Order: sequence, then C-alpha cells, then structure tokens
Amino acid sequence: MNKTAVMLTSILATSLAQPAAIAGPEEDRAAFVRYFQSRFPDVEFDEFANGIYAIDADSRRQWLEIEEFPPYEFAIEQGESEWQQTFANGRTFADCFAQPSDSIRAMYPRYEEARGEVVTLEIALNDCRAANDEEPYAYDAEELIDLTAFLAFEARGKAVAVRIPADQPGAIAAYEDGKRFYYSKRGQLNFACSDCHITSVGQRVRADRLGPSLGHTTHFPVYRSKLGGMIGLQQRFLGCIRDVRAKPFELQSTEYRNLEFFLAYMSNGLMINGPGARK
Amino acid sequence: MLSKHDLSSRPRWSALAAGVAIFSLAAASNFANGSPQADIAEGKLLSMERSKGNCLACHMIEDGELPGDLGPPLLAMKVRFPDRKALVEQVCDATVRNSNSRMPPFCRHGILSEEEVELIVDYLYTL
Ligand code: HEC
Ligand code: HEC
Repeated sequence: MNKTAVMLTSILATSLAQPAAIAGPEEDRAAFVRYFQSRFPDVEFDEFANGIYAIDADSRRQWLEIEEFPPYEFAIEQGESEWQQTFANGRTFADCFAQPSDSIRAMYPRYEEARGEVVTLEIALNDCRAANDEEPYAYDAEELIDLTAFLAFEARGKAVAVRIPADQPGAIAAYEDGKRFYYSKRGQLNFACSDCHITSVGQRVRADRLGPSLGHTTHFPVYRSKLGGMIGLQQRFLGCIRDVRAKPFELQSTEYRNLEFFLAYMSNGLMINGPGARK
Repeated sequence: MLSKHDLSSRPRWSALAAGVAIFSLAAASNFANGSPQADIAEGKLLSMERSKGNCLACHMIEDGELPGDLGPPLLAMKVRFPDRKALVEQVCDATVRNSNSRMPPFCRHGILSEEEVELIVDYLYTL
C-alpha cells in the first residue's frame, strides 16, 4: 500500500470508528461499503459475500476446486433430516415458523421488541425445541450447526435484510452495542476487529491474509478444512477473540448477538451463500 | 466426537510459532552498538518467539520466513532510529506515538519487560 492509501485507510477507519452524532445504521453501512469498494475497486459488490476469496486470487483458485466436492454437503443432508424430524408431540420445526424453509435464514438476526433482545437463528431454533418440550441444543452442537447449514443452503440467493426500525430504540441500542464491540481494542494484543478486518484488510499477519468484514456473515456456517468440521459464525468470533488473547464470551451471549446484529446489518443487500468452505 | 468449541478455539497465533530455533546469529561485523553477542542472540530469540515479540507476525525481518506486512520492514534500524530511546519506546509501547496503533503495547500489557525490550533493541540495531 502506498502512503496516500495508508492515510486514506486510517482517515476512513477513524471516521468509521468515531461516527458523527447524526450517523445512523444506514449511513454507517454506506460508509462501510464505500470503504471496501474504494480499497478493492475491481471487486464487484456481490463478490464480498465470498470473504477472503473476493480479494485473494490464490486462495480463490483452491476454493473453487474445493467447491467441486463441497465438504459441507454432509452437513446440509444431516440438517435436512434434522429439520424433518418429528418431535415427541408429533410436531416439527416447520410448525414453529410461518415462513417456508427457504425464507427463514434471512429473517435472522433480528431484534424482537417484545423480548427486548436480538434473536439469532440458533436461538429461534432452540426456542422451537423448548416450545415443543424437547431439550434445546448446546450452541456448538453438531445438530444445531447442521440445521443452520440446511437453512442457509435453502436460502441461497436471498438477500441479507436485517432491519433496524427507527421506532425501536432497543434495536438501535443493540446495534450500537455491537458496533462498539467491533471497534474496541481488546486483549493482551490490543486489537479491535476493525484493526484486522478494516484497517489491515488484504494485509498479512504472518501467512494469514486478512479478509474484509463486508460479507462476514453471509456464508455461515462454514466447513473449516484446518479443523475438519463445521463451525458457526459466533464460534469464529470466539476464535478471533482468543487469538488476541482476550477473554471470550459465551456463544449466544448478548455481546455476540449484538455483534452479529451489527455485522449482518453491514452485509445487507449481499446474497446469502452459506454454508461455506474456508481454510 | 470433537467438540465444536475445540474446533474454533485453536489459536491461529500458534501458527506463528514456527522456526524460533533455526535463526543463526547476526553477522559479527554488524555489532554496531558493541553489545555482547549473547545479548543479541537473546534479543533475536525474544523478537521471534510467538509468546514474546512475535515481530515477524507483522514485520519483514531479514531471514525470517512468512513475514506479515502490517508494519514496515525492520531494516536499516540504526539509520532510521539514531535515537535509541525512540526505538525503545516504539517497541515498549507503540501507542505512545500512535494511540490507535495496531502494534501491541508490549510493556504496558505485560508481554515484554523493559529489560527484554533493551535486548530486542540490541538485536534490531544489527538489522
Ligand atoms: C489479529 C487479527 C484479527 C482480529 C483482531 C480479528 N480477526 Fe477475524 N480473522 C482473522 C483472520 C486471519 C481470519 C481468516 C482470514 C479471513 O477470512 O479474514 C479471520 C476470519 C474471520 C471471520 C471469518 C470470515 C470468513 O469469510 O469465513 C470472521 C466472521 C471474523 N474473522 C470476525 C472477527 C471479529 C468479529 C473480530 C473481533 C471480535 C475479529 N474477527 C478479530 C484475523 C483477525
Ligand atoms: C500485530 C502487529 C505488530 C507486531 C506483533 C509488531 N509490530 Fe511493530 N509495528 C506494527 C505497525 C502496524 C507499525 C506501524 C506504526 C504503528 O502503527 O505504530 C509498527 C511499527 C514499528 C516500528 C516503527 C517502524 C518505522 O519505520 O516507523 C518498529 C521499530 C517496530 N514496529 C518494531 C517492532 C518490534 C521490534 C516488534 C516485536 C517485538 C514489533 N514491532 C511487533 C505492527 C506490529
């Protein structure tokens, strides 16, 4: 990166970090998108749904080969039979949702006024089990991740559409909380998410190339070849937070749900393309 | 069965541990500040070790493999940092000069002691 680019980056990053008082979610999102588009002018907006592969030709080539025999296929199949299982009371997951299975992924995360909190897809699925007298899943349970893999696959091609109604102060507060988390330095290594995924995007920490945050949520859950299994979005948060030697939060904690809410909002308009395959 | 928690938590930082032992001593002719050879070797080790400086994660350093590029290459240090105090401060706590630095504040966060930073700076002056 040349000097001008460095300066531009830090000015933009600073203005993202300290938004003017009037800036709302939609202004934030526009600035977020503009930043990544100016950093990568040759990358089409839709491409950011592909994470690091949008900006790194080498790993993109490997990925396209991997996608010929998708390693997450088994998870989709398992998730589908999980979805179709009959609970002891004779009902199924489908009975909990008003929408068909291809329209559920895009409804979450969302702020539910009556509960006063952000509800993620994982929470909604577990609520469904509880409502039918079934044990909820652990948030890192294979069954739950497979279900989200199936629902993401069903929803492919639908746009991320997180809503923050102006008349719901709770939704705005949750968004602001997630945003603050994202831009805050943490851990012994003193890194904010934005330090790596905005300011240093495209650069390398040792051999790891840093991908853009625009599109971070579209393709989860992902099969990680390095780990030989599927993980959900919040497990990735947890990994990145451990890496900076900070204390991780529980999966589906208020902190992570608000962070997911903020990040998913930033990806509004991109297509859902999960499940994904990553290193 | 492997717990999903385990899957996510393998620290990526550990991938940065590679090859501490393979570095040889800097050429003797480069000993600009007259530090004993042993100090320089220790400074080099502290710079490379992932639980210590891990400078290679973000900086190109002569023979270091797979360097990151978040920060500028560490070379010609004597010319670029004639003031030893300024270099010590940058390594000890980069946030003094740049409050938003992406370089960890090594001393303030208890990753390196001030003595260790002096040893690292001895090594840096051979680059
Ligand atoms: C020290 C650097 C660093 C920090 C800080 C960091 N990450 Fe990451 N993160 C990475 C690297 C490296 C990867 C793998 C390459 C990539 O996809 O960007 C990654 C991957 C991710 C991914 C998966 C992207 C994909 O397409 O699969 C998400 C989501 C993510 N990070 C979110 C976060 C969040 C949220 C935070 C803050 C809580 C954070 N990261 C902090 C280095 C970092
Ligand atoms: C996680 C990233 C990271 C690590 C680890 C790191 N640095 Fe840095 N370093 C940076 C960045 C980014 C800069 C650019 C200036 C700034 O932001 O403070 C920098 C700047 C510097 C500078 C000033 C260079 C110049 O030309 O102005 C020196 C000297 C330096 N680092 C030495 C070290 C040493 C020695 C270590 C290990 C003990 C180290 N760094 C570890 C990220 C890092």
